[in-house]
Amino acid sequence: MARMKFLCDSERCVECNACVTACKNEHEVPWGINRRRVVTLNDGQKGERSISMACMHCEDAPCMAVCPVDCFYKTDDGVVLHSKDLCIGCGYCFYACPFGAPQYPQVGNFGSRGKMDKCTFCAGGPEADNTKEEYAKYGSNRLAEGKLPLCAEMCSTKALLAGDGDVIADIYKERVARRGYGSGAWGWATAYKTGSSA
Amino acid sequence: MTIGKGGILGAVLLTLVLLLAPFASSLAQQAPPANDAALLEQLKGPLAGRVSIPDAKSGLLIQPQGRDWRQTLEGPVKAGGGWLLVLSVVAIALFMAIRGRIKVDSGLSGRTIERFNGIERFAHWLTAVCFIVLGLSGLNLSFGKNLILPLIGPEAFTGLSTFGKLAHNYLSFPFVFGVLLMAVLWIRHNIFTGVDMQWFRQGGGLFSRGVHPPAGKFNGGQKVIFWLVVLGAIVLAVSGYILMFPFYFTDMAGMQLSLIVHAIAGMVMVAVILGHIYIGSIGMEGAFDAMGTGQVDVNWAREHHSLWVKEQSRAGGED
Repeated sequence: MARMKFLCDSERCVECNACVTACKNEHEVPWGINRRRVVTLNDGQKGERSISMACMHCEDAPCMAVCPVDCFYKTDDGVVLHSKDLCIGCGYCFYACPFGAPQYPQVGNFGSRGKMDKCTFCAGGPEADNTKEEYAKYGSNRLAEGKLPLCAEMCSTKALLAGDGDVIADIYKERVARRGYGSGAWGWATAYKTGSSA
Repeated sequence: MTIGKGGILGAVLLTLVLLLAPFASSLAQQAPPANDAALLEQLKGPLAGRVSIPDAKSGLLIQPQGRDWRQTLEGPVKAGGGWLLVLSVVAIALFMAIRGRIKVDSGLSGRTIERFNGIERFAHWLTAVCFIVLGLSGLNLSFGKNLILPLIGPEAFTGLSTFGKLAHNYLSFPFVFGVLLMAVLWIRHNIFTGVDMQWFRQGGGLFSRGVHPPAGKFNGGQKVIFWLVVLGAIVLAVSGYILMFPFYFTDMAGMQLSLIVHAIAGMVMVAVILGHIYIGSIGMEGAFDAMGTGQVDVNWAREHHSLWVKEQSRAGGED
């Protein structure tokens, strides 16, 4: 069984935000929620780099550990998903997440944040695959259709890679070897205990 | 030995300053790392940049301290808090087994004296009822998934927790009001004096029969409870309202700290109040009447609050 991961090659990301747009469109993500975002470091200065970031589907996910109602679960592919029926919108996962992945539909004062929403690695939720109910809550389930996440599929420079962790790590290693440089797989050391060497 | 009002005010202000100090923004832009080693070095702190979406918070790219927060909360805070509560219950059970119910040594006289008037009892019970719901709903968020979730199943547990969260948020207001009211009503009776030192030296008479150190309206132990409740409520209210309005007052680090502070303070307060509930109900004969009817037996009052009874007698308060 593949172990799904994201990898963003910051040497290639041109901050076009196509991944962000693709994600919003594919899943009809509501206003104010960004399952994926592009962060530019050192903007306008020497060494500027952009990184597309979403849920990294951590090995030992902090969100899962702190959730007071245990609404998270992990698929056989290593994808971290959650149940919006069980979520109480407490916000603990957002404090624990190293990547700022959990999003809430409301501004949040007075504990009225609503059900948490986050990147599903295009793998839907606990409902039956590709049903109306699943789509309404979590967006499309491309993994169940044998497809990979749309953000990475859309990426024009192939900066964003999504798929089996070993495969995308090999692709990245080969790139670094050819280029002779690379700034590391963003977030891998934080998200995964093993395979942070890429 | 007297702790003046200035000292108490100072302590309250110090608590607030200590609580708010680390909330200074830490989202300043940093230079990106050139290689893996530099990246790891930089990842010790939060890493933030510019985003094109309007939510500036999302510029925080990676905050590895989320993992540390999780380790602290799921590790020492919950383990420590859990053990503290278990040990408190064990300690109370042992005390009950060894000491038994503390009786009125001179027997009940049948005559009563008013200890707490209507407003005082209202303030106490308003705070008490709110505290019980706040405490239970808070403990549910900490330990419910281990203790209650396996019993009632995920759907029912989510329903319970949603209700608990709403109750926790809304009851915080009457709770804070109740504590403020008690503080205003009782602060002048809770200044520590030399009499309290004698009370503490004799262990309040808790551990030996027939020993009744003198005390005013409140004895040394009650004064400790009073200040723990007032200071605890301040810490809980400040950290709690920060949590209730996420990112309105502070940043990610501040939110994480607030939750840790809130959890620790909450568990400590529950442990303290468990002892308070025991001694004020089944632990001591005649004690519950003080907050029940407000009328206590004169002999009980003479044994536990001798100086207060003298004061009341002089003022003609005894009926």
